[in-house]
Amino acid sequence: MPLVEIRDVTKTFSRDAERIDVFNGLSMEIEQGSFTALMGPSGSGKSTLLNLIAGLDRPTSGTVTVGGAVVSGMSPAELATWRARNVGFVFQQFNLLPVLTAYQNVELPLLLTRLSKKERDERIRIALGVVGLDDRLRHYPRQLSGGQEQRVAIARAIVADPTLVLLDEPTGQLDAKSSQEVLSLLSRLNAEFGKTIIIVTHDPHAAARARRQLHLEKGTFVEQAMAAGAPA
Amino acid sequence: MKFWTLLRANLGRHRRRTFLTIASVALALFLFASLRTVVTTLGAASRFGSARRLVATNATGIVFPLPIAYANRLAAIPGVERVSWANWFGGQYGDGKRFFANFAVDARSYLDIYPEMQVPADQKAAFLADRSGALIGNRLLDVFGWRVGQNVTLRGTIFPGDWTFTIRGVYTPADKAINDDAMMFHFAYLDEKTGRQGLAGWYIMEIDSAEHAPAIAKTVDDMFRNSTAPTKTGTEQAFNASFATMWGNVSLLMNTIGMAVVFAILLVTANAMMMSARERTRELAVLKTIGFTDRRLFGLVMAEAGIITVTGAVLGLGAAKLLYRATNFNAGGFLPGFDVTPATFLLGGAVALALMLASGIVPAARAARLPVVAALRNVE
Repeated sequence: MPLVEIRDVTKTFSRDAERIDVFNGLSMEIEQGSFTALMGPSGSGKSTLLNLIAGLDRPTSGTVTVGGAVVSGMSPAELATWRARNVGFVFQQFNLLPVLTAYQNVELPLLLTRLSKKERDERIRIALGVVGLDDRLRHYPRQLSGGQEQRVAIARAIVADPTLVLLDEPTGQLDAKSSQEVLSLLSRLNAEFGKTIIIVTHDPHAAARARRQLHLEKGTFVEQAMAAGAPA
Repeated sequence: MKFWTLLRANLGRHRRRTFLTIASVALALFLFASLRTVVTTLGAASRFGSARRLVATNATGIVFPLPIAYANRLAAIPGVERVSWANWFGGQYGDGKRFFANFAVDARSYLDIYPEMQVPADQKAAFLADRSGALIGNRLLDVFGWRVGQNVTLRGTIFPGDWTFTIRGVYTPADKAINDDAMMFHFAYLDEKTGRQGLAGWYIMEIDSAEHAPAIAKTVDDMFRNSTAPTKTGTEQAFNASFATMWGNVSLLMNTIGMAVVFAILLVTANAMMMSARERTRELAVLKTIGFTDRRLFGLVMAEAGIITVTGAVLGLGAAKLLYRATNFNAGGFLPGFDVTPATFLLGGAVALALMLASGIVPAARAARLPVVAALRNVE
């Protein structure tokens, strides 16, 4: 059963007098529980597609449906609430709040829930435990390595137990060892915790971890590769 | 309260800037409360006065005297129950830098007419019995370190020479608007040492009913209209108000300066808030990605502005209240009863609220309207 359904999506940006068509009738589906890598050259529309799925941006036309909710038709307030419950987002540059500790950064999505302080504490400790940083609760981002920062960002993305985890170049700023740690973590989140993962990457090693690879070029899927036994 | 950690962390991001912004707001509110209190104290002084007391001065001007011989004629007017008189002395003590009011009064009648000046019975008796005795306001004990029984010498400015008095009593005002650092001595002593000129500065009359005040005042002025020293008579309140209205432009100036200071601080605070929000564009975009709504971000930025302005207001207004009370400030006797009123507190609170709205609304609206994708793209 598809978790993400994209139907006839067009997306056009205007820059000065110039119109840039990123997508022109794009359609695709992503199954629940899948691990998908979006690849392609710069400007092919990978990040734009990720933003459309996360409801951070709106299609010019067409529909984006996630878990039965028509994301493309929601108001900004509805989108924010929906994102808080259903989507975890990880950035290339980690984007942790420097004034907050690892614990406090991970707590941010939970502040939007009705959970008690005790319940929040349990969830935070579990999330940081999953990413292997339960001994870095009180550390600020500046006291962590790049790989550790990205793992905190992943903990923040999963702490509210979203269905969908979206990652935009999560290993782009990391060295090879840290990249492997993060990618292993993503594989675990997918395999053990059943998270649906969509990762935008230029890195073939990162893409190799996914069970499905989609190649975008000029807003169109040009190639699709599947790992053995992977859901479509 | 869930968001307190986030608010505290953001306020602590640039501690020095936050501290200076709070200090700016505190200083602005302190100055606002101080200047406003000057205005309210002047206003209270202008409203002070019994409706049953009339004051007669020379119609040409208060610096011109009236003959002492008027006293009996005033006392004979129907409705006038008591008459007293006084004369400005203008003496200086020590180096003369600390001003205080000092004047000669017809002691017995003056204290009868002014029951608001409370004097212990024994001290009152001692003062009345000593021709060179003086009665001082309780504040002068602290100002000059004087004590009852001490001889003090004033240097006369209007009436030249050294004038020595013995402090016989200390009065405590029952009304805050009465100056508590004045000195009074016997008119007879002044008159005697100046060659019995028989001249008083002004007369005070206690009348039987406030309703008779206009008629009695007219009778007094009519009585002396064709004399060499015609009078101008009015209620004590009008007499006090005439001094306060001399400060009329000062009140306007005080209000204008107060608002100008607040406006200048508004610009400082607004600038600090905008800088703070602008520096966090990426973080605000990240919070939106996490699921923070526009309204919540608006509220968080406004809350930061609120914490800064409320803290500043509490410090500024509280400091004004405590400082003036602790130092018993009265501007050298010019502003008796100088105290920050509850109305000034409320007005200061309203100014702080306006400051919060004006300084926070632009960065808060900007944070709420921030387009996430563009914000992330611009900073990445």
